[in-house]
Amino acid sequence: MPETFAFYMFAAIAVGASVLVIGQRNPMYSVLLLIASFGALSGLYIQLDAPFVAVAQIIIYAGAIMVLFLFVVMLLNAPREDAAEWDRTHPLRQPGVTRWGTLLAGLLIVQLAMALGKMSELGAPVAGRSDAATIGSVTELGRSLFTRHTFAFEATSILILVAMIGATVLARREDQ
Amino acid sequence: MIPLSYYLILSATLFAIGTAGVFMRRNLITILLSIEIMLNAVNLSFVAFGRAAGDLDGQIITFFVMTVAAAEAAVGLALVIALFRHKESLNPDAFTSLKW
Amino acid sequence: MDFTPYLRPAAIGVMIFITFNALIIASAILVLAERKIMGFIQQRYGPYLVGPWGLMQPFADILKLLFKEELRPKGADKWLFTLAPVLAIVTAFVAFATVPFGAQTDLFGLLDEPIKLGISDVNVGVLVVFAVTSMGVYGIVLAGWSSNSKYALFGGLRASAQMISYELAYATSLAAVIMLAGSLSLREVVDRQQGYWDLFGVLPVPKWYVFLQPFGFLIYVIAGVAETNRAPFDFPEAEQELVAGFNTEYSSVRFAMFPQAEYINMVTMSAVATDLFLGGWHGPFLPPEYGWIWFLVKVGLILFAYIWVRWTVPRYRYDQLMTFGWKWLFPAAVLNLIVTAALVLYFNA
Repeated sequence: MPETFAFYMFAAIAVGASVLVIGQRNPMYSVLLLIASFGALSGLYIQLDAPFVAVAQIIIYAGAIMVLFLFVVMLLNAPREDAAEWDRTHPLRQPGVTRWGTLLAGLLIVQLAMALGKMSELGAPVAGRSDAATIGSVTELGRSLFTRHTFAFEATSILILVAMIGATVLARREDQ
Repeated sequence: MIPLSYYLILSATLFAIGTAGVFMRRNLITILLSIEIMLNAVNLSFVAFGRAAGDLDGQIITFFVMTVAAAEAAVGLALVIALFRHKESLNPDAFTSLKW
Repeated sequence: MDFTPYLRPAAIGVMIFITFNALIIASAILVLAERKIMGFIQQRYGPYLVGPWGLMQPFADILKLLFKEELRPKGADKWLFTLAPVLAIVTAFVAFATVPFGAQTDLFGLLDEPIKLGISDVNVGVLVVFAVTSMGVYGIVLAGWSSNSKYALFGGLRASAQMISYELAYATSLAAVIMLAGSLSLREVVDRQQGYWDLFGVLPVPKWYVFLQPFGFLIYVIAGVAETNRAPFDFPEAEQELVAGFNTEYSSVRFAMFPQAEYINMVTMSAVATDLFLGGWHGPFLPPEYGWIWFLVKVGLILFAYIWVRWTVPRYRYDQLMTFGWKWLFPAAVLNLIVTAALVLYFNA
């Protein structure tokens, strides 16, 4: 019973915060709401017996990537979104169109949920096949990461190096 | 016990919200944030599937997804800074000079 | 009525309550301790008028702060201005959640199964502390931004850039200790530091990791001081340079939360340093159930060192601070990690 309550609470926070992220005018508020959504997702990972992923989510996403976003929003003094005049009269932004579009999107979500819920083998409870201790074990995770997935690990490290160099070069001023 | 389908429905909802944000918002930073929402939704379904299959591979894939997301956010924001410096606007419709 | 099934949750609840209040009282004691030690270092008495030896001084300070006027600058963002100190203090408290401070106790035989002295014990405890302290950056940067004032903005940006820079050296020095201990849970790291070595057959040396990792300890403490924005790394809140840095526009209760968060962060850093390097609650002469007394002694010593360093050395300039963090401390931490890894492989093979 407390598990179901925790799941619904985290799910509600995640979905609610995400909807507010895309609905906010002020980008600073969007960033903070997204951090709240990431916190809720971290709670869901803990429920799925993945404590390392949960903590990594907080460290990497909420603690590093979002700080980067926050810095950029602050340094650019990101203006609030004002739709230009020609944007306001764009045919896809008329109220009728947006209402129908939202309705269709809602229908799509309901269909997807029904389809996912009806697949019989997916209805099995989550903690079926192996116990929490081995799935959540950091030792096993490290062992698997460095033996079976070594190539992906090394390739990712090169990717981060390239991204770092690329970001520094792209954000440099022209006269330097 | 929470069935797997609950997690998948949640992941699909978050992915849909992220996609809606990418299409509807006219602010480059909010578009990048919506992409992050999508990547997180995918992470959630990976971990859920991994747990249901009793395997660690789901969690390992999430590390790579997180790392790629970090790299992409860094480069994306560097591009945003460079674009903003050029045109003082964060509206993607302002950068249409390559259109025919 | 049979109270015995409720005894264990009640004991855990009381322990959490005591820990929470202990952190608050610790920050109050640190206010006084800082001013007294500062006074003695500067060859004068610290506060001595309010209560014997100035012991009531923190209460006087808190009362004064509570009665001040709650100001908010006109252009300040309404929600973020109040959210920033809340974030700072919440992350400060939560960071202490996975830090154990004693061995288990069974309350003089009242409980069937002893409770472990620590709020929670997850198998990734060290990372939780790191994760929550990296969330502490938000309190400061939001405080700087939402104050709508240039002193505050610069202070906030500098403080947060400093904190995220020193997180690297912090995490890398942690990783070296984790390699030695083989587990991410702080309680296990402490449990591996039990016992003594016999040096030359005569001298019993406790098996603390500070003797195996002296440079790691030094790097960790320096990074910890920089993380908590304490001298000599406190340029962002330096009184002489930037008015008051990121908390320029704050007053009364919202202001009080920032130094309190800083002191609680200091306590958490000292507690984690004690657990990782100084053997936690292990010490001679006391039975293991009273190990928390040794824990308090060791944490007190590190806090004294914190205050001592603040009033002894001059402050780093901001670019010197960043150069030190990126070009000296982080490479030293990586070198420490590599050497530790090599030695662990060599001695275990």
